[in-house]
Amino acid sequence: MIPPRDPSPLARTISGFLLVAILCLIFADLAISTGDPWREFGLLMTGFVTPDFYQADSLFLAVAYTMAFAFLGVAIGNVTGFGLALVFHYRLVRVGCAFIRAIHELFWALIFLQMFGLSPLTGILAIAIPYAGIIAKVYAEILEEADQRPLSAVPVGTGKASTFMFVRLPDSWAHFRTYSMYRLECGLRSSAVLGFIGLPTLGFHLETAFKEGLYSEVSALLILFYLIIASMRVWMKKTLLPIYLIGAATILPWGVAFSWANIIRFLTEDVIPYPIRNGGDNMMAALTDWVSMLLIDQILPGTLATIQLTMIALVVTGMVTLIFFPMISPLLFRRNARMGGHIFLVILRSTPEYILAFVFLNLWGPSMLPAIVALSLHNAAIIGHLVGRFTETLQLRRDAVKGLNRYFYEVVPRIYRPMLALLFYRWEVILRETAILGILGIATLGFYVDSAFADLRFDRAMFLILVTALLNICVDTISRNIRSRLRLHTTLEER
Amino acid sequence: MALLKLRDESAGYDGKSIIRNVSLAIEPGERIALVGESGAGKSTLLRLIYGRLGNAAALMPQDPSLVQALTVFHNVYMGRLHQFSVWRNLRNLLVPVAEDVEEVRKVLAPLRLEEKIFSNVSQLSGGQYQRTALARALFHPGRVIVADEPVSSVDEHQAREILAKMNGEKQTVLLAMHDRALALEFADRIVGIRDGYIAMDTPSAGMTPKDLDELYLSESAVAA
Repeated sequence: MIPPRDPSPLARTISGFLLVAILCLIFADLAISTGDPWREFGLLMTGFVTPDFYQADSLFLAVAYTMAFAFLGVAIGNVTGFGLALVFHYRLVRVGCAFIRAIHELFWALIFLQMFGLSPLTGILAIAIPYAGIIAKVYAEILEEADQRPLSAVPVGTGKASTFMFVRLPDSWAHFRTYSMYRLECGLRSSAVLGFIGLPTLGFHLETAFKEGLYSEVSALLILFYLIIASMRVWMKKTLLPIYLIGAATILPWGVAFSWANIIRFLTEDVIPYPIRNGGDNMMAALTDWVSMLLIDQILPGTLATIQLTMIALVVTGMVTLIFFPMISPLLFRRNARMGGHIFLVILRSTPEYILAFVFLNLWGPSMLPAIVALSLHNAAIIGHLVGRFTETLQLRRDAVKGLNRYFYEVVPRIYRPMLALLFYRWEVILRETAILGILGIATLGFYVDSAFADLRFDRAMFLILVTALLNICVDTISRNIRSRLRLHTTLEER
Repeated sequence: MALLKLRDESAGYDGKSIIRNVSLAIEPGERIALVGESGAGKSTLLRLIYGRLGNAAALMPQDPSLVQALTVFHNVYMGRLHQFSVWRNLRNLLVPVAEDVEEVRKVLAPLRLEEKIFSNVSQLSGGQYQRTALARALFHPGRVIVADEPVSSVDEHQAREILAKMNGEKQTVLLAMHDRALALEFADRIVGIRDGYIAMDTPSAGMTPKDLDELYLSESAVAA
């Protein structure tokens, strides 16, 4: 007798996620509210094939600022992150890093905007702080994975510092460099997006050009951005780094003044919950009211929408990945056919999801649809790229089937687990992005944060950001548990 | 004066004893080979001895344990890391100091590694790799060398070269070996280990590989 099939823990988990996503989808608002989205899309596409590079001055400056913020932010984040990685065994450091990286660059930027205004400090710190938290974690893992065997041959009595320099550091150095390059690429994307809240980077010009319907200018900005990212390995040289850093520090507009009195007031008064600031006899009652009002009116709906959007985007990302990765897989397509796939995926993964969402939102009007599409396309392009590259290492037997049969029988079963590992790894990234998309008007937590900042209710804004960070840490923890329970591992390059 | 005396010692890891009630005295100038089946406790005994000797001994671990990302110079220099200040070490890591390069070169030259001094160890052949590990141990100031299977991954010609070099450069030599013929040829004292005990402790003079058969009971039929 054939024994009944018992679903594996993996299959059960995946079914659970699918079910949750379907439930979320049923309650999601996916309406297209613009009059004629396809006409606008047509105009956009026309713009894309007719880039307008005539605004050369402002284009050049926007690109220069974008790179300057990225360079300084990533450099400071890198050095700080390295320092933190050395003391990462302290629980306080680990928790602190988890906290600062759970807050998105844009939220950091909104906070610093209140303190330093449009001074370059705002942009640099907004990148440096969360990046330091991420880099510390990754570097600590790299150091931990360094080859420990040479330790046995180190002479007795060698100092800690010397041992570290000669045994652990050399082995990790190459990984640090690769990861720094990846971080710089992320930094360029973050820096571009910071323009949307007013810093003079690409995003600022993009938003203006878009609002005015100057799609040819949008196209020129994006093409420049892709070229910079695609040519990174050419211009990013170790010897040139000091020049870039000095250049970056020189061109930024440091003249923008900020007042210390302002900063002190922000930190010691504005961010303190209003009832506490007000004091009085009924403080506790007022505080309870304040918290419950926030909980019911903003945190609850915001959190629900954030989770709903995240779950849909996560599952759709997985599905789209299954379509994207074959485009660059040598097991499925010949070299020439793969070229197009590579270009397509490079463009999608170089475009920050925030910009994608902004574009779709302008085409389709506010609903969850633009956010789902933007998040899924961007993340599927990233995971699809990694999975496609992974298939390059697979060896099929010479008589393996071809076509769709090969895809379903030979390829997908082999990439399934690594793909899921990557998906679960990006779950927390998707959540962080989802929250941020609220700034564009989708009712996730970011929407309430942005509104609180707009109303100058900084106490509410900070409280909401705290909640967002906690939600992020929760999902990160759940994801880590699921990955370790299902034994889904990612390799170093994929973090 | 004995260099080291073990009396009724036990050692192991994870709370499990691998060697039990071992007594052994080592005199300066001896060339001792530990022989026995794999798993008998040779490595554990060597670790115990190295732990007692500290910096009087240079260690050549079973796995050569070179730092892959560094050059031959840096790996060999590591033999004296403890004798220099952190700053000197840092400087050597960034830009090697001429006089230290010269010291390392002197060790490398007779090992035919002179031209490889600034090559990454990941680019070396198996023999060169093993000789770099030897160079590191020779550069170490200790007059004793403790080596765990130092020639298991090289051909016989290179093995002889490495063992002869150890005997020539270090005052006292302690080896774990599975090649019985080489053990008898290069050591003057054979310590046979079986199941965590010292089962044999004799001068090597006049012995033949067959005399060691009793240490390999389970495989003697096959080995013969």
